[in-house]
Amino acid sequence: MKAWKRQGRGDRVRYVAVLERPEASVLRGLMGQVEQMLTGRNEAAPEDELAAITGIRTGPSTPPDDPVLARLLPDFASSGEEDAGELSAALRSVNEPELIEAKLDAIATVLATCPAGGGRVELAPSQAEEWLAAVNDVRLALGVALEVTEDMPEQLPADDPRADHLPVYHWLTWLQDSLVSTLMA
Amino acid sequence: MERMEVVLSAPAEPDIDERTEESVDEATLADTPWQTIVWNDPVNLMSYVTYVFQKLFGYDKAKATALMMDVHQKGRATVSSGSREKVEGDVSRLHAAGLWATMQRAS
Repeated sequence: MKAWKRQGRGDRVRYVAVLERPEASVLRGLMGQVEQMLTGRNEAAPEDELAAITGIRTGPSTPPDDPVLARLLPDFASSGEEDAGELSAALRSVNEPELIEAKLDAIATVLATCPAGGGRVELAPSQAEEWLAAVNDVRLALGVALEVTEDMPEQLPADDPRADHLPVYHWLTWLQDSLVSTLMA
Repeated sequence: MERMEVVLSAPAEPDIDERTEESVDEATLADTPWQTIVWNDPVNLMSYVTYVFQKLFGYDKAKATALMMDVHQKGRATVSSGSREKVEGDVSRLHAAGLWATMQRAS
């Protein structure tokens, strides 16, 4: 794909890119994986009869064991706070269902706007913002899985098991950076 | 730049001496009991972090960029402050954007 472009004016501004078939396939595949993890976390949340009546959902009070989910759903309190554990637990159970929903909505927008076989992607400004959030979440997930560091090289030695996957991470970085700069321009 | 652990579920121990107080209006600090802290991580892009600060807090590009540079170079920055509810909402929106944010008492 080439860099994102802005087209149109005012209410009709659209952010446009054309994805090759393999690019769309990789992007959609990764979105699907993160979607599955978040949905799994949602389903593991405690059942609450009161929630069924009030519509106010309560999430789990403990952070996910899985390091990828833990990065996507961080604790609320700074660890130096005296009551950090208690505060994070309380705020997690109140906020996590909505946070997961926002992340799933963003992924759904990507899946709805990126053709499975590749092709033209055309985004309204609000959809472009959802793309940024969803692509960022996928990069965070890959970052944990690939143990990405600030000084990550362009390529890893061929015998490194992560070598084949790193180009995908770098491509997503480029895609996101291109969309941010087009939105800010 | 410091390398950070990739598994970021547990924030590093805050160092009071390194607090980036300059990013908070001194006059409002006294009666604003909570702060929103954004921590550095190896994945979030400088451009994206700046964009998120502008978008979520309405900061101009200069202020958003300065805060982003604090996160990047000092490892953390105080990006907003206010009541517990306000800061809780800010942390929640930052988590939705994928930034690593926590809240704490201004002390």
